Amino acid sequence: MSEVILTDKKTPARKTTLGSKPRKRKRMTGDRWLALAFIAPSIILIAIFVYGFIGWTGYVSLSNWNSFLPDFSFAGFDNFLYIFKDFRFQADIRNTIFFTLFFIIAVVVLGMFLAIFIDQRLKGEAIFRNIFLFPMALSFVVTGVVWRWVLNPSSGVNLLLEHFGIHFKWYTSTAVYPSLHIGAIDFGIPAAVIALVIAATWQQTGFSLAMFLAGLRGIPEELKEAARIDGASEWQIFWRVILPQLKPIMFSVIIIMAHISLKIFDLIYTMTGPGANFVTDMPGVNMFETTFKSNFYAQGAAIAIVMLVLVAIFIVPYLIRSRKGDA
Amino acid sequence: MKKGLSLLLGSIVILALILTGCGNSDSKSSSGSSSSNNGKLEIFSWWTAGGEADGLKALNSAFNKKYPNIGVKNEAVAGGAGSNAKAVLATRMQGNNPPSTFQVHGGAELMAYVDAGKMQPLNDLYKKNGWDGKFPKDLMDLVSKDGKIYGIPVDVHRGNVLWYNKKIFDDNNLQPPKTFDDFFKVADKLKAKGITPLAMGDKEPLGATTIFEDVLLGVLGPDKYKQLWTGDLSFDDPGVKKSAEIFKKMLGYINDDHSSLAWQDADELVANGKAAMNIMGDWAKGYFTSKNMTYGKDFGAVNTPNTDGSFMIVTDTFGKPKGVKNSKQVDKYLTELGSVEGQDAFNPKKGSIPARTDADASKYDEYSKNAMNDFKDNALVPSLENGSAAPQGFLTKVDTAVNVFVTQKNVGNFINSLKQASSSLK
Amino acid sequence: MPRSISRSLIYLILIVIGICFLIPVYVMLVTSLKPFDQVSLDHMWQLPKAIDWGGYREAFSKLAPNFMNSIYLVVPATLISALLGSLNGYVLSKWKFKGADWVFIIILFGMFIPYQSILIPLIQFIRDIGLYNTIPGLILVHVVYGIPITTLMFRNFYASIPDALIESSQIDGAGFLRIYRYVIMPLSVTGFVVVAIWQFTNIWNEFLFAVTVTSSDKQPIMVALQNLAGSQVVHWNVQMAGAILAALPTLLVYILLGKYFIRGMLAGSVKG
Repeated sequence: MSEVILTDKKTPARKTTLGSKPRKRKRMTGDRWLALAFIAPSIILIAIFVYGFIGWTGYVSLSNWNSFLPDFSFAGFDNFLYIFKDFRFQADIRNTIFFTLFFIIAVVVLGMFLAIFIDQRLKGEAIFRNIFLFPMALSFVVTGVVWRWVLNPSSGVNLLLEHFGIHFKWYTSTAVYPSLHIGAIDFGIPAAVIALVIAATWQQTGFSLAMFLAGLRGIPEELKEAARIDGASEWQIFWRVILPQLKPIMFSVIIIMAHISLKIFDLIYTMTGPGANFVTDMPGVNMFETTFKSNFYAQGAAIAIVMLVLVAIFIVPYLIRSRKGDA
Repeated sequence: MKKGLSLLLGSIVILALILTGCGNSDSKSSSGSSSSNNGKLEIFSWWTAGGEADGLKALNSAFNKKYPNIGVKNEAVAGGAGSNAKAVLATRMQGNNPPSTFQVHGGAELMAYVDAGKMQPLNDLYKKNGWDGKFPKDLMDLVSKDGKIYGIPVDVHRGNVLWYNKKIFDDNNLQPPKTFDDFFKVADKLKAKGITPLAMGDKEPLGATTIFEDVLLGVLGPDKYKQLWTGDLSFDDPGVKKSAEIFKKMLGYINDDHSSLAWQDADELVANGKAAMNIMGDWAKGYFTSKNMTYGKDFGAVNTPNTDGSFMIVTDTFGKPKGVKNSKQVDKYLTELGSVEGQDAFNPKKGSIPARTDADASKYDEYSKNAMNDFKDNALVPSLENGSAAPQGFLTKVDTAVNVFVTQKNVGNFINSLKQASSSLK
Repeated sequence: MPRSISRSLIYLILIVIGICFLIPVYVMLVTSLKPFDQVSLDHMWQLPKAIDWGGYREAFSKLAPNFMNSIYLVVPATLISALLGSLNGYVLSKWKFKGADWVFIIILFGMFIPYQSILIPLIQFIRDIGLYNTIPGLILVHVVYGIPITTLMFRNFYASIPDALIESSQIDGAGFLRIYRYVIMPLSVTGFVVVAIWQFTNIWNEFLFAVTVTSSDKQPIMVALQNLAGSQVVHWNVQMAGAILAALPTLLVYILLGKYFIRGMLAGSVKG
């Protein structure tokens, strides 16, 4: 993973740090304890607030605490069985799958091509870069508030599109393609999710653009020159030279976007809410409403645990791999 | 690096300027709301805006005049039509840190706290103030359990109201519908004219579930409607199925963009003539009047189809949690809430009617006067959507089922979901 | 394909996509400057007939207290979490102990978890220590859950400081703290700027903790902005003006310190 750090051009001496350690350990015993003492509070806080609390949530998810009064009697996996049978949660899983998929594709593809275009030493490069990057500075709440109006079916871009005879229902559409009946829900691509993808992509493309731009600038010009001398076309250079070099970055972008997407809450909550027939609901929204609006704490905890597992599937191998890559 | 640093310093200075600039105006609001309870009464509600906030202010200042030594702190929580406040309240009650008194819908919502052993009975307060018989019996049933009274009803709203744009109805020679048949006849005519017959805003569940509970009331009548929530009438009842069919038919007359609208947006459609009717509790009156519309002239209100003689009550009550400090002062505040003066200070501003039947009708507008009359002699039934009829857990499931039904319109599935949900009704 | 044509094509594509990216900004600005009676849906694309600051006035009067809440929250939370991150990064890059890399991974995981999975105990905990619905409570939350990202950023940053520098200080007799104070700190200014910007932006924009830990008059601006839409009839001009006000501080940071903003964004995403 450390290739990606190329952005920080001033930092070439990365890997030497690790190798040259053991010598001084023995010498500076007192200082080593001091070092441990300084990092200990953080470790303790993380142990409690991350791992302890996750354990506690797991415990709640196995309890009967489904009213506003805590009830920690053991319920086994009832809450998990309930949410997996629940229409709303099944819809959440469907929506999350397609939202994550389209969102990642959109952010990666758009970010990469914009980066390649901007990397052509264009005039006004800075202007373009800033136009695509500034949404990163905005919150999902602001993004949601704005796009709620822009993609409102009875106003917004529809007013412009109507000149061409087009009318989209955007996030109010309840259509699901191809609508296979699986479990309690119609499985397929919910059309309303596309509106969410547009808003989220608008906000996050800057991130992947910046990542790819940094990556592109790290590809040695000689590589491309050599390929040109060999008579490769620009397309071939892109496929054979540039893309392979960008792979680790693409991998990072995918991981980061996946974890944003799987836990997304603010954007959905402010832009659409759960939506008609729960076409725009996501586990994060469901968890919040189930727990804090309906007081089904144990069910909310169960949803949270499922979310954690989904994210962990992506993240844990990534973290372990990056550790190995760096040692 | 240097340039960046100076810019950073610059922005810090700017921040500091903003800080001092706004700090003064802000200090007032923040000093009045530290979370420690330094002897002041904490009045917890979700009345943060518009008429209800004004009503609460009027009530508090009246109380202040009577008892200048008792501090009152308004702990209103904004957002989510009360759901944020309920979440905060639940958290505080769990932590045994209750406010001095709090707004809660009469019925199931209040009883959740009573059943959890968190509330004190108020029978003595009622006796001391001679309040017996001043509130309708059906209403007292919503705040009582096993002969003990746990809440003081402050206001009453009506849930079964159909609002209509008077101009549209006059222009098309239509009469507001009294029965479901009328409704569909009117709706067909409007549809033929290209006017959306029924505006619905179900971005939040309120918009759709309100219609369904009003249809249930219309089909089943008040007695059977009530039995539905006590578990004495099964959701298998043919009346429930008929209600679902009617509800489904009504959904054929609504606006396309309903799922992106809140209830106010739906009323906006009625107000600006894009839609003809809307079914919503009578807090919608406040919305229409805020648009400079006059009751009886620009907009009208009738009972929802087939519900003449029934009054779907939505009532805000205040209770006394166990473990409150300064218990005597709380009693004084509750006494003010239950008094005629208190109720007449609050309700005209909020646009609701008083829970007492002996209030001064001259202080209320024409719509409220009519509602006050109905309130005296109609059958009073609890609203499901507003937390009176059934516990929150059941309501959540009904909301989910209604949301799905609005799209899928599958009566069989809908009844099944309701039946499954009803298992939590005991 | 001749280079000039392909370059014009690239310009064309960039301009078209750029316009698409600016549409929401246009809508925001135009709507926020209209008086309410001109904010009808049919005219949302038209420029205002005359500039009207009413939307901003109302948004400001409603959001100013929450804006201040956000400031009171963001400034201390950013400073404390940057300091913690710096110490952790220093230890984890220059004073590695056995298993330090694993400790790092274990800390880092905290940055990726969905916060929903710790929310229920967190609320209970915050309430039990008496910090529910207080800004200090929210500061604590952001400091704790900021540890992973700030540690990561500083660890990567300090990895670029040559070990020889530390070693020569040690030979001069400097210990853990002296080295931190006199060698590391002076070299960390850029690191602190990058981390501070990152934390400032993140905490300012955060919503889930804010909406669950605080209520009404303690709410940071993002929650208040959302409530602006939720409670009453939506006055779109006020709404858009509010959105702009809420976005202003982070936008300013982006405009003034864009380079560091982007560096933080990249550093925060990548393992060292």
